[in-house]
Amino acid sequence: MNGRRVRSYFIAFAKGYIRNPIGLFFTLVFPIILILIFGAVFANTGSSAVTLYVENLDHNSPASVAFLGALNGTGAIQVHVIPPDSGNLSAYLARNSETAGLVIPAGFQAALVSKTLVKVIVFTNPAAASQTGIVIGALNGVESAFDLKAAGGSVVISSSYLNVGSQIFTYIDYLIPGLIGFSILTSPMFSMVNISSTWKRDKLFRQLSLTPLTRSEWLTAAMIWYILLAIIAAFVMILVGRSVFGAHVSVVPWMFPFLIAGPVLFVSVGLIAGSVSKTPETAAVIGNVILFPMMFLSGTFFPVSSFPPYLQTVAHVLPLYYVIDGLNDGILFSNGAGALRDLIIVAGVAIVLFVAAVSVFSWRED
Amino acid sequence: MTAAVEVEKLIKNYGAVRAVDGIDFTIQTGEVFAFLGPNGAGKTTTVEILEGIRPTTSGQVLVLGKDPWKHGRELQQRIGVIPQDFHFFPKLNPREAIDLYSNLFGVPSHASELLERVELSDKADALFENLSGGQKQKLGLALALVNDPQLYFLDEPTTGLDPMARRAIWAVIRGLKANGRTVFLTTHYLEEAQVLADRIAIIHLGHIIATGTPSDIIRRFGRPERLRIIGDPALADPLRRQVGLPVDVQDGAISVELHAKGDALRILSWVESSGYSYSSFSTAQDTLEDVFIRLVGGTDHAALDLAPEGDAA
Repeated sequence: MNGRRVRSYFIAFAKGYIRNPIGLFFTLVFPIILILIFGAVFANTGSSAVTLYVENLDHNSPASVAFLGALNGTGAIQVHVIPPDSGNLSAYLARNSETAGLVIPAGFQAALVSKTLVKVIVFTNPAAASQTGIVIGALNGVESAFDLKAAGGSVVISSSYLNVGSQIFTYIDYLIPGLIGFSILTSPMFSMVNISSTWKRDKLFRQLSLTPLTRSEWLTAAMIWYILLAIIAAFVMILVGRSVFGAHVSVVPWMFPFLIAGPVLFVSVGLIAGSVSKTPETAAVIGNVILFPMMFLSGTFFPVSSFPPYLQTVAHVLPLYYVIDGLNDGILFSNGAGALRDLIIVAGVAIVLFVAAVSVFSWRED
Repeated sequence: MTAAVEVEKLIKNYGAVRAVDGIDFTIQTGEVFAFLGPNGAGKTTTVEILEGIRPTTSGQVLVLGKDPWKHGRELQQRIGVIPQDFHFFPKLNPREAIDLYSNLFGVPSHASELLERVELSDKADALFENLSGGQKQKLGLALALVNDPQLYFLDEPTTGLDPMARRAIWAVIRGLKANGRTVFLTTHYLEEAQVLADRIAIIHLGHIIATGTPSDIIRRFGRPERLRIIGDPALADPLRRQVGLPVDVQDGAISVELHAKGDALRILSWVESSGYSYSSFSTAQDTLEDVFIRLVGGTDHAALDLAPEGDAA
């Protein structure tokens, strides 16, 4: 290994990359576009309340207004009382493509005062299961509180709510480490598949093999470049996430081992895919077959914990899952032990694949 | 003189196909040696084996005294190569390419000087992807010059180039020869071999069918020199009886094969004194191209059969 050769080849490699706008776009600009799109679409998920349309047949009696006020107060429900002349609530919901509705019957207040049973009618849409759950949960809570008050009881058990990590995480917080993982996967994979197949076709490896540059020097220079790109991409994404969406993410030491081991792993995968293919076209197909499932199933865009169990099983065999899980542990949860566990897996797989890549990747021909 | 390249009984198979079938040749130090053959003859396979980027199937190959497959890295410092259809990193310019090569070889970069030598100074800062075919090939040559090697392998360096670019590359090759460098050149341009090479080997279907200097090859494989007489066709018969040489009549011209130095003079004085009318005389000799086409054109199997004897010379 000769430092001068690695350095000069690294500079040439970097120039080639920087002068190619498409490569830079996919490495730096595309993930930011994804942050902006996904961030804008899902920014309020988790904190936004379900809108509950209410037809109040008790003519805004103080009891019914208090009941609706309590529902609003849960934070999970946003009560929207429809005007009295809107007609049948069920028809109103269907007409406006809404999913949750509540009818307060006439005599609601009178029943409450006389402590006789009164039934509110709830409309839900089975297709919107999570919203239905929120509506039913909030209603149960408020109904119990009213029952308790009517029975003259007092509150015995209360809860105070904290989020995991004693911090409030929103979707965007999970999206940033996911997209850092995304860029660790895509730029080394795409460009290595492309390089190892087209350079073979254009005999560029052959050309390099006629110079003193060795394969391992070449690989070292390329990996340093992709590690550098991954680190730059991570900084940019953290910056954009924080400044645009107020994401609770920051640069932490634990992310760096993943920004080093990750590119090594995916450079190796790309090199293997490109080396075993006869043509650049086959290489691109093999690359995509590896890349796309990994991209979607490793927790890049959505937390793996929200997947059905069988997909979670699939996710657990994908190396990118451990990269993203480790980045989450490091960046969001300050969970060093969890990050270390993921890092051991990522580094182990990276070493095995690196050795495999070096053995299948040849500059010379038969 | 020592041998820069020695090849003995070299065989190369690709699966069931035999690309090179037991060839032998030697290149002396300081010599420009041209490997001539039609497409698919085995030229590039041979040159790639010599460069150390392909293994042999069998046979012995020594480049500067070393086996190139085993000692490739050692030889890299001492050989310069332009591959056929030279490609480089599309986003680098010629100056950066030469700087990169200089760094890889660990020699000081003389980019401007080298670009001048191959007449590429005006494109020093243009990206490789924007260069023409000839300019790319010139850069390939400049890169081969970076480490000032002893021995050059130039695989069809001028294929597809315009005459100006071709002559610029020829000038560089002549300069190499003048400086005592050894050049192994493959080409399918006969003119190129004839003007540049000290010696030529003609390869066809994996066999060397002729080696020697261009004039050697013409003498050995070409038809004898002929005297052409434009004149009365009735001249042919008495001339044949008189001089005792093969006489041919074709397209109104009488052609006589010359076997000895005095033959032409003898014929001319007889024709002059015979009283037959004639308008002009000329002599004709096969060019390398005539010989090459006869040898590899597949029409002259007798010539092909002669080849092994010719090789031994």
